[in-house]
Amino acid sequence: MTIRKTGKGWLLASPLVLILGFFLLIPVFAIVMVSFWGSTEYSYYPAFQFENYQFLLTSHVTLSVYLKTFMFAAITWSLCLLIGFTVAYYLAFHIRSLPVQILLFLICTIPFWTSNIIRMISWIPFLGRNGIANNTLQHFGVIDEPLEWLLFSDFAVILAFVHLFTLFMIVPIFNSMMRIDRSLIEAARDAGATGKQILTNVIIPLSKPGIMIGSIFVVTLVMGDFLTVRFMSGGQSASVGRVISNEIGLLQYPAASASAVVLLLTVLIMISIMLRFVDIRKEL
Amino acid sequence: MTEKISIAKRGMLDAKGRQRRTLLKGAATAALATGTITGAPMIWSQNIKDITLRQFGTGVSNLNDVANKVKEDLGFTLEMTALDSDSVTQRAATQPKSFDIADIEYWICKKVWPAGNLQPMETSRIENYDKIVGIFRNGKLNPDSVIAQGTAPHSVGFVDGPDGKEFASEETGWMTLIPTIYNADTLGIRPDLINREISTWAELLNPEFKGKASILDISSIGIMDAAMVCEAMGEVTYGDKGNMTREEIDKTMAIFTEAKKNGQFRAFWKSFDESVNLMASGEVVIQSMWSPAITAVRSKGIPCVYQPLKEGYRSWGGGLGLSRNLSGMELDAAYDYINWYLSGWVGGYLMRQGYYSAVPETSKNFMSDDEWGFWFEGKAAQGDIVNPQGVTMEKAGAVRDGGSFQDRMGSVACWNAVMDENQYMVRKWNEFIAA
Repeated sequence: MTIRKTGKGWLLASPLVLILGFFLLIPVFAIVMVSFWGSTEYSYYPAFQFENYQFLLTSHVTLSVYLKTFMFAAITWSLCLLIGFTVAYYLAFHIRSLPVQILLFLICTIPFWTSNIIRMISWIPFLGRNGIANNTLQHFGVIDEPLEWLLFSDFAVILAFVHLFTLFMIVPIFNSMMRIDRSLIEAARDAGATGKQILTNVIIPLSKPGIMIGSIFVVTLVMGDFLTVRFMSGGQSASVGRVISNEIGLLQYPAASASAVVLLLTVLIMISIMLRFVDIRKEL
Repeated sequence: MTEKISIAKRGMLDAKGRQRRTLLKGAATAALATGTITGAPMIWSQNIKDITLRQFGTGVSNLNDVANKVKEDLGFTLEMTALDSDSVTQRAATQPKSFDIADIEYWICKKVWPAGNLQPMETSRIENYDKIVGIFRNGKLNPDSVIAQGTAPHSVGFVDGPDGKEFASEETGWMTLIPTIYNADTLGIRPDLINREISTWAELLNPEFKGKASILDISSIGIMDAAMVCEAMGEVTYGDKGNMTREEIDKTMAIFTEAKKNGQFRAFWKSFDESVNLMASGEVVIQSMWSPAITAVRSKGIPCVYQPLKEGYRSWGGGLGLSRNLSGMELDAAYDYINWYLSGWVGGYLMRQGYYSAVPETSKNFMSDDEWGFWFEGKAAQGDIVNPQGVTMEKAGAVRDGGSFQDRMGSVACWNAVMDENQYMVRKWNEFIAA
């Protein structure tokens, strides 16, 4: 009986095991393996050497690129959280009727029906030296000279990130908020809590799983990005993702693998720290 | 029709005289269904249709029009894949089974030849070999020309035998790449936004253009443009810009890093389209640029000049290489393709876009006198000059930037190159981008 039961369990789990095995474990294992290989300019060969890591971990470029990427991640995350939480809060608690809630929620997602590359690139003509933003500001006499820092700058990169990734924050937070039992808020109010106290003592703690899931999305997306940084900074800023894509372009697969492994570890550490704050499994 | 006749003729006159060709000429005519003239291609017609050659390369010469014309003239199918130069290098070096013909640049050839995925071609099977411009054979445009710095095409153009891995220093009869197109690159400017004469590479770092300059972010080419600039500024003297020492690389990158930190550059570009957009939108007024990008900006009605500079041009050349895996009938088809390539139609097509073909005299047959005068001889256009797609590029009276073929290719200062210190250079370049 027990054997048959476990057999059934294995059978039920096997699709997932197979999928994760083929599409996650084997590729990651391959990347780890190749990261120890050696390379020449035009080829690479199996080996077990630490040269790739040695170069990566001792280069000052790595440090500055990681600092820059962390900076992008931190600023993007805080802005996404601020906007995402506010929007979700408004949708969940200020809109009373469910159809309107759903309608407004759908409106939030409309921009995401187009490719995110297009959404990103459409900022370029908008922010350019002779773009709509500069022309409008000049027309109303706010500025005399076009603002150069609007485009091809860290500002532009972060703007595009926030635009691209805020939805990933809104959705899980909204979801958490919708699950909050309204009687808890009534009870808090009956007990004499102010609006601010309800927010900090009831809503934020109960939205934590949503906040955390959204944060994981945003942070991992920013950490791994290379296109947004390249286009919006006009190729002038580097991020970890760009370094990897450059290395692939130059046929340095082992070096790229080593960079990818280090990035993977960094992101895993970041996520495990984030998960310390919330037990997602318990809260969901 | 003319090219078909010439191909048919050559087919019959071919010294090697593969008998089957003549035998099957009739069948070929039938197969070609175009009727009247014996447009006999050089290989077995009933099998021609089954042959597919897979070519990949940069977008420059991977044109569907060429594939269509090959089908029409030669009967077999040519599949084109266009990639950027990094991916091209990658594929040529690591995926030999994924292609039959590699359309690569000479500096890429230097990089990937040692991987052994390409086979040299017998020059005796190349009909127009003797007419190929001297640059690709002995390195000299004219007998008295001085060979420019960098990876000059002839220096990686030959190996000593069918299995040669080392490049030979002179013509050996075994060619690595059959040259297809080449050009001389310089800086592109927006004359309407600069309003004064630009005559030296040093202007790229002139503080006057702070926040309005750009350079391309492809390390092996960008470093050459950077070196042209540093040399013109008198800041660095190079033994060979195409093969710098570590010290020279450090000095060059130091100057550019400082300029970057001072906000000299608006952006760096990596693809053709990016360079067009930067220039057309006025974000950038001076930058490294490629010839067709200039025409693309101009065709939007925006003034843009491919400015000849007193230090000379940075030049590049591309060619077709054969995969090591090609043999038998496919190999014959590939030779046919290459002979066809040099026979003029493609050359004319490419020259009408502002490139040069390896055998200009055959291309001339496929261009009008006015086109030839404008693109090759540097003469003022008599009528409107149109590109192969029929878009008007220049009005009557216009003169090509930089003048004639001799003027332009005669003042090449260096060729695109791979250096001995390539890996070091790439690291330094990445530091510059990350700085």
